[in-house]
Amino acid sequence: MNAPQPMNTSQLIDFGTPKVGAGDTVTLEIDGIAVSVPAGTSLMRAAAEAGIMVPKLCATDIVKPFGSCRLCLVEIEGRRGYPSSCTTPAEAGMKVRTQTPQLAKLRRNVMELYISDHPLDCLTCSANGNCELQTMAGVVGLRDVRYGSGDANPGENHYTDVVKDESNPYFSYDPGKCIVCNLCVRACEEQQGTFALTIAGRGFGSRVTAGQAQPFLESDCVSCGACVQACPTATLMEKTVIEKGQAERSVTTTCAYCGVGCGLRAEMKGSEVVRMVPWKDGRANEGHACVKGRFAWGYATHPDRITKPMIRAKITDPWREVSWQEALTHTANEFRRIQKKHGPNSIGGIVSSRCTNEEDYLVQKLVRAAFGNNNVDTCARVCHSPTGYGLKQTLGESAGTQTFKSVEQADGIVVIGANPSDAHPVFSSRLKRRVREGAKLIVIDPREIDLVSSPHIKAEQHLQLRPGTNVAVLSALAHVIVTEGLVDEAFVAERCEAKAFRDWREFVARPENSPEALEAASGVPAAKVRAAARLYATGGNAAIYYGLGVTEHSQGSTTVIAIANLAMATGNVGREGVGVNPLRGQNNVQGSCDMGSFPHELPGYRHVSDTITRQMFENAWGVELQPEPGLRIPNMFDAALDGSFLGLYCQGEDPAQSDPDTHHVTAALSAMECVVVQDLFLNETAKYAHVFLPGASFLEKDGTFTNAERRISRVRRVMPPLAGMADWEVTMALSRALGYEMNYQHPSEIMDEIARLTPTFAGVSYDKLDSAGSLQWPCNDEAPDGTPTMHVDQFVRGKGRFLITQYVPTDEKVTRRFPLLLTTGRVLSQYNVGAQTRRTANTDFYGADLLEIHPHDAEERGIREGDHVGIESRAGNTTLPATLTERVQPGVVYTTFHFPESGANVITTDNSDWATNCPEYKVTAVQVSRLAGT
Amino acid sequence: MNREHLIKMANQIGGFFEAMPDSVQAVADVAKHLKNTWEPRMRVEILKTLGTADEAKLKPVVRDALISLGRSGKPA
Repeated sequence: MNAPQPMNTSQLIDFGTPKVGAGDTVTLEIDGIAVSVPAGTSLMRAAAEAGIMVPKLCATDIVKPFGSCRLCLVEIEGRRGYPSSCTTPAEAGMKVRTQTPQLAKLRRNVMELYISDHPLDCLTCSANGNCELQTMAGVVGLRDVRYGSGDANPGENHYTDVVKDESNPYFSYDPGKCIVCNLCVRACEEQQGTFALTIAGRGFGSRVTAGQAQPFLESDCVSCGACVQACPTATLMEKTVIEKGQAERSVTTTCAYCGVGCGLRAEMKGSEVVRMVPWKDGRANEGHACVKGRFAWGYATHPDRITKPMIRAKITDPWREVSWQEALTHTANEFRRIQKKHGPNSIGGIVSSRCTNEEDYLVQKLVRAAFGNNNVDTCARVCHSPTGYGLKQTLGESAGTQTFKSVEQADGIVVIGANPSDAHPVFSSRLKRRVREGAKLIVIDPREIDLVSSPHIKAEQHLQLRPGTNVAVLSALAHVIVTEGLVDEAFVAERCEAKAFRDWREFVARPENSPEALEAASGVPAAKVRAAARLYATGGNAAIYYGLGVTEHSQGSTTVIAIANLAMATGNVGREGVGVNPLRGQNNVQGSCDMGSFPHELPGYRHVSDTITRQMFENAWGVELQPEPGLRIPNMFDAALDGSFLGLYCQGEDPAQSDPDTHHVTAALSAMECVVVQDLFLNETAKYAHVFLPGASFLEKDGTFTNAERRISRVRRVMPPLAGMADWEVTMALSRALGYEMNYQHPSEIMDEIARLTPTFAGVSYDKLDSAGSLQWPCNDEAPDGTPTMHVDQFVRGKGRFLITQYVPTDEKVTRRFPLLLTTGRVLSQYNVGAQTRRTANTDFYGADLLEIHPHDAEERGIREGDHVGIESRAGNTTLPATLTERVQPGVVYTTFHFPESGANVITTDNSDWATNCPEYKVTAVQVSRLAGT
Repeated sequence: MNREHLIKMANQIGGFFEAMPDSVQAVADVAKHLKNTWEPRMRVEILKTLGTADEAKLKPVVRDALISLGRSGKPA
């Protein structure tokens, strides 16, 4: 099923210039072949689509044509000269010739000039076998170099006396091999949008430069690798390729980091990854990747990996390596012992958004069918559970409404409580490209994130609210829309429940919801709120993107509802360019929720009390299922402390580091009698575990992930599981040990079962995924090719439902003792609790969590840059190095949570969202003080 | 289960629904939310607040919802 692809497959064809959208078709003749392409297509691309590859060096189909290398010259009948095919659009009736004696002579002369300033070390060059310069020299038939190359023919050149830049941990820069094609600079600008590279110098002395002639590591470069991929020579080259040589095969799979879910090609030698390259046909990323997905996969073979099962009687005992059979039998015996003594509901399981759909499905099946209860939850509990609730209540489905590509049609973009540049970088590049094209951007965030102001990006409005006041600001935006007559009355009348809308309109129109009235609470000037509301409501297609800065609040669900209200009120649902778009934190947050990992829902978001659905699963699984909801993760910990929950199977999740109020969590784990951790590494939770089952990395998995667009993509095994068993096989074996038979031969069979039992997945199969590349659910008889945009003609629930969103201030208030508000987030190079990225060279970019503090707050406390400071909250205290920045406003401090030693969650509280118990990570009242001796 | 914690959580739920214009519906919605998302042992524990001093800590909409849940005889 995972047939390796040779390196030279059709998907590797570079068409030279980007695809042009569908439109009028023109027909022309190229080398005597009739070719029909959309108007605006370059001659180069038209030729490539007909199988005619025009020589090129400065063109690739991920950036706009540039026309500098002069290799792609063609002749056009009736026209003078030799235009470059990359910059010349195809026209109806053209007769083009790509190969003539004159063209051959011109190309050889051009190549001769390139080679005259290039070291001829092809045999030992890291690009040997995959060098476009080398290939083109062969294609044009270059046989002689008359100028300045080699000792026999000395002349001016620039490949000697150059210093390689090896500062970046993942790629090297060798200026001596640069042909100044500009591809790297253009990829950085057009594809990534960072503008970190430029061409320094003039004429013959021109060279690529990072930043202000800085080493790459010290420049603005974000190490996305687009420049490396675009480079036609070995100038920019992955260090793994330099070390290992060119790959011999590739396997297409899906990234296991953020919720963008980029398609990747793992280029392999045997079972060893040589490099990871973004998949051009991957619809989530369209050939782009970030520093994590492209480079930070080395954790999979890190020496810290645990590859043997281990058990111990007490958490103070040393671990003892055992066989799989002993570990699973021991676990089953312990779970049954606990259930016999404390009842069937005394154990449960936690699944992970890092695991595949098939693994998540299997664990919830294990809990429901083999444990005999509904005590299963997912780590989505602590990130996007409010999204599931809020969107289900208003729109009717617990998922985002769009594709990522939809942003290309947006005229107005609202980013609230999200920092895509760091947390969803590949989507951020798309978003920034659209803003550069003219879309207006509104950022609602307590912190001045990169999108507020970065190269060629400037937010029209930055509503820099106080943490915890999202609902106040959204109510104020709604107030303006309602009271200034900006509602899309026709849309609302046709698509939404009339009474609910009237109630909502009356509510938000109240004076207490005006921007002026709420300014004191939110800290956002009323005029800015009014301007933002007008922009959102009247600026054409408007899309809202949000993240954990929305959900991880005591009013997280209310905020999601308020966002849906805004979209419905302005008619911004149901077509391209608009919508409500949750940016999921992890790769399979959407999927783990879809798969019935919540304790109150079976797969497909159907409540466990739904008799018809439950009976369907009972018939399929051959057991009776409980109709009452089970415990959520925080409820499990509460129940552990009262002695009624004593056994936990925790797959791919680390609550001891990732969940709030660490002391509470670890006390609960310590109170349990059998904690089973299945993971790659001995994580923080494993300190409290009695059984450790080795997990498999995404490179060892077969299965599917579902990204934030509801896009189901295949994950394909590129190397065997280091511990000998795949995660789904471990769950299956545990189930058998518990006496409940599961019998799957391959994850595709699990997906087949999911499709049989889940209407929104009815049309999904591995065969269909393999042929389509990916599918967005719902995928069934009504939508056999999937559903890119939801709620097109009507909402999933029928009529859209407005709900009143009363602003309720959080209980986490500042006081004289705790005068600052701490909020949290991620950085680009690290990922969540850091278990993966801390075990890669990404630590070169960010090696410790820092506390961002405003210079005014720092000065009041005598804190200087780099000082170690103590941070105390009502829940606990920790220490961090401080960095002074005006990114945060006075009264607000900010940190990341990637390193366990920083103890960020020691100080977060057990406050949670009212509807879902999603923790309120984003608001913690703290005091910060300089530590003596620093 | 920690009763104080449950009371706080229930009052948060009440805080959302008490803003609805139809107070009868709000009570029903609180009860439905508790029924649909709280594990039985949590509901059993919070129902114990009724008729005790802890009842005064409940928002009226929550108290009424618990009374309706208690009448249904199903939460435990």
